Amino acid sequence: MSSSKRSAFISPDTPPIMTKKTGQLVTPALAILSALLISTLFISLSGQDPAMIFSKMVHSTIGSSYGTGQVVFRLTTLILSGLAVAIPYKLRLFNIGAEGQLLMGAFAAAITGSLIPETLSPALAIALCILSAMAAGGCWGLLAGVLKVQFGVNEVIATIMLNFIAQGITGYLLTWHFALPSTVHTAPIRSAAGIPSIESLTGWFANSPANLSLLFSIAAALLFQIILFRTRFGYEMRAAGLQPEAARHAGINAGMHTLIAMGTGGAVAGLGAANIILGYKHYYESGMTGGIGFTGIAVALLAGANPVWIICTALFFSSLEYGGLTVNAWVPKDIFMIIEAMTILLVISFSALEKQFLNR
Amino acid sequence: MGVAIRLNGVTKKFGTFAANINISLAVEEGTIHALVGENGAGKSTLTNIIYGMLRPTSGEIAIKGNAVRFSSPREAIDAGIGMVHQHFMLIPELTVAENIMLGNEECRLFSRIPLKRIRAQIEKDAEAFGLGINPDEKVAQLSVGRQQRVEILKLLFRNASIMIFDEPTAVLTPLETEQFFTTLRSMRDKGKTILLITHKLDEVLAVADTVSVMRKGELIGTLKAASATKPELARMMVGRSVLLKVDNPPSQPGKTLLSLRNIGFITPKGETMLDHLSLDLSAGEIYAIAGVEGNGQRELLQVIRGLAPAGSTLSGEATLGGCSLIGKTPREITRMGVSHIPENRLREGIILDYPVSSNLIFGRHQERSFHKGAGFDDAAIKSHNRMMIKEYDIRCSSPELQPISALSGGNQQKVVVAREFNRPGISLLILAHPTRGVDIGAIEMIHKKIIDARLQGVAILLLSSELEEIVALATRVGCLFKGSIRHEFSRDEVALKRANEHEFIKEIGLHIT
Repeated sequence: MSSSKRSAFISPDTPPIMTKKTGQLVTPALAILSALLISTLFISLSGQDPAMIFSKMVHSTIGSSYGTGQVVFRLTTLILSGLAVAIPYKLRLFNIGAEGQLLMGAFAAAITGSLIPETLSPALAIALCILSAMAAGGCWGLLAGVLKVQFGVNEVIATIMLNFIAQGITGYLLTWHFALPSTVHTAPIRSAAGIPSIESLTGWFANSPANLSLLFSIAAALLFQIILFRTRFGYEMRAAGLQPEAARHAGINAGMHTLIAMGTGGAVAGLGAANIILGYKHYYESGMTGGIGFTGIAVALLAGANPVWIICTALFFSSLEYGGLTVNAWVPKDIFMIIEAMTILLVISFSALEKQFLNR
Repeated sequence: MGVAIRLNGVTKKFGTFAANINISLAVEEGTIHALVGENGAGKSTLTNIIYGMLRPTSGEIAIKGNAVRFSSPREAIDAGIGMVHQHFMLIPELTVAENIMLGNEECRLFSRIPLKRIRAQIEKDAEAFGLGINPDEKVAQLSVGRQQRVEILKLLFRNASIMIFDEPTAVLTPLETEQFFTTLRSMRDKGKTILLITHKLDEVLAVADTVSVMRKGELIGTLKAASATKPELARMMVGRSVLLKVDNPPSQPGKTLLSLRNIGFITPKGETMLDHLSLDLSAGEIYAIAGVEGNGQRELLQVIRGLAPAGSTLSGEATLGGCSLIGKTPREITRMGVSHIPENRLREGIILDYPVSSNLIFGRHQERSFHKGAGFDDAAIKSHNRMMIKEYDIRCSSPELQPISALSGGNQQKVVVAREFNRPGISLLILAHPTRGVDIGAIEMIHKKIIDARLQGVAILLLSSELEEIVALATRVGCLFKGSIRHEFSRDEVALKRANEHEFIKEIGLHIT
C-alpha cells in the first residue's frame, strides 16, 4: 500500500521521510483495536453485553477443537484469495475478481474430479484436479490482464464484469448440464481426488472441514514471499509497480508483468478450490464460495499486500467470520461485516494520518 | 527601512533529522534577498516555515515586527506573504484572470463575480510592473515564462508585500530571465520585499542586494551581494574550494557512431514534435543539444531509446553503428551499448523505495555477473557497489538497507551516474540534464566523469537546459528549435567561443528562441 501514499510535495530539498518500519505494525494494530472498540459500541447498541458476546466468540473459535478447525478451513481459502489480490496489487493492479476466479477454479476442479478414471492414483488425481482449477482461475485472471494490456480496460471494471460472467457460466453449466437430477450440485468427485482431513491424520479438529490443503496455502504464501523479495523476477515486478516509468527506462516489460501477475493471481484464487471441493464438499454447488474472494481484498489490504503478513490477517478475518457466525443467535452477523469493512477503512485512514503527522 | 522577516533561532526537526538548525536572519524591507545553498541545505524547509506550510520545532518568527505563528499558508497570505513555487500552482483549463482571482473572488459564494473590477485590477498591476498579459487567455496556452507572470500577478492581486520565489529561473530562457529580473527590480523599487531561493550564483550576483548562504541546515553567513564573489559563495555553500569550470582538453573524434537522418515524430494526439531532425555523433565527442524545454528533447530521447509511446508515428532513419534503432525495445537498445541518464531522475532513473544497492544495479540487473540462480549474487553486487560508492563518493550510511529516497539529490544522481557510466561495452552515453538538482560539489565530479568518458572514446549526447553546462562540456553544439536542429556550432567554433562564455551563451540563446 505504501506506494500510493507518497506525499504530494516531492522536491529535491524535502528531508527524508521517517522510516516506515515503526509504523508498519502499529498502524494496523491500532486500526484493529479501534474497529473492535466501535463494534463493542454496536453490540451494546443492539442490546447485548459485548463482554459476553466476545467471550462466546473466543470460546467457540480457539476455545474448541471443532471451532478452531472451522477457522482453519476458512483460513485456507482466505490466504489464497488474499494472495490473489496481493500479487497484482504489487503492480498497482486492483484484482476485484478473486471471487470469479475461485468460482471458475472450483467448478473446473469438481468436473475434473468427477470425470477422471476411477483407477487413477490419489497423487495424480489430486494433481490433475488442482491443475485444472488453477488453469481455470488463471485464465479468468489472465483475461482481465489481456483486456488491460491490449485494450486499456481498467482492471477493476474488467474483473467485476468477469465475476458476473463467471457466475453466469457456472450457474448455466450446473443447472443445464452437470447437476445431478433433482439436486443443485454436481456429481461427487472420485474418492482418489479427495484431500484428507487434518483429523484423519492427527486427530485434531474433530468433525471440522479443516484439511491438508492448508499446507498448499502456507506454501503458496511463503513461495510468493521468496519470489517477490529474493528473485530477479520479483525485483523487476516490484519496480514496475512502484515506478512504471523508471521500469520502462530500465528495459522492464511492464505489460508482460501485468499479464503474469493477473494470471498468477487468478491461478492462486483457483487453487482455493482444492480446499473447498477436494478437501471438504467433494462436489460443486452454487453459492459455495460465499464471497470469500471479496474478503480476500480486505485480507490483502490489511497486510499491505505482503504474502507472509497475509497469513496473519487471513487468520484475523477467518476468526472474525466464524466467530460472528457462532454468536448469530444474539448478534446479527451483519455486525461483523461492519467490523471487517471498518478495519480496512481505519487502516487506510490511519496510514494517511501517520504520514501527515510525520510530515508536519 | 524596517525588517520584513525576522527569524530568531528557528530550528526544524523531522524526527531525529534537523533540517534547520538555529537560524537567525533578518530580511530588510524593500530589498531582494537571495537564499543560496546546495540541495538539502534546508532552503525549502525554511521557506515552507515562513510560508506557514511547516511549523518550526523551536524559534520565533516576526513579520514586520509582529511575532507570528502560522498554522497554514492562508494565515501567511493574510499577513502579506506570497510564494511562487518552482512548479507553478495554476489550473491550465482556466483563464489568466480566473487563476489570479482563485480563492479571492471578492464576493459571496453564490453571487456574481465582479469580473470587470478584477480584470481592471489585473491590468493595472500588469502595467505597473511590465507584466503584459491577456487576462482572458487560457493558462494552458501560455509559455512557461508567461505562466510565471500569472503567478506574480496573483501575488500582486493579493497585495503581497513579501514575495518568495523558489528557483524561479530554472524553467526560463536567457531572455525571459532578463525580463524576470527587470520585474523583480521594479517591484523592489516600489517597496516589495523579495526572498529569492536559488542555486545559480551568477543570478544572485546579478540581481540580489543581500545573500544568505545555507549549508547542512545552518546559516553560514549573510553578505552584501555587491561585495561578494562567485568562488567565495561557492566555498561557503560547499565548505571547501570548488573548481567551477571543468578542464576540457581538445577532442579527437573517431568514427561516426550515431546517425539520425530526417527524423520525424508525431504524437498520438497528432502534434509534430520532431521534424526532419538530422545529426551525427562520433565516438569520443560530446554533442550538446541546447534548447528550451518542449522543443522535442523528450521525443528525441524516446526515438533513440526505443521509448516512444504506443500510437506515435516515427519517420526517418536512426542508426547506431550501422544498425537501425527504430522498432527495437529499450532492452535491445541497451544491449547495443547504450547507457542513459534520464531527464527526470526521481521518476525515471531510480526506484525511490529500493535501497541504494538495488538502485546501483537497476536496469543492469540483467547482467550475468550479478546473477545467482533465479536471484542475485549478493556478494558480487556488494563488491560492485563498494567500488562504485568509493569511486563516485556516494554518501550513504548503509547501501543495503537505506532507501535511496533518503539520499540528497546529488547523491542520488551519483548513483545513476555510477551505474550508467560503468555499463560493460558502453559506446553511446545519453545524458539528459545530468546535473539537474545536483549540488555544486557533485556537479564538479559528474563533469569530470563526463570528460573522462569522452576521452575513453565514448560518444556522448548531452541535453541540458543549463547553457553554462553546455558551453563547458560540448565538443559541438546543436540548437534545437521546434523539432529540428536550427543551427549547429562546429568543433572549431565551440573551441574558439568557449573562452568568452557570456557571449557564447547569448549567441546560443538567439538560436533557440
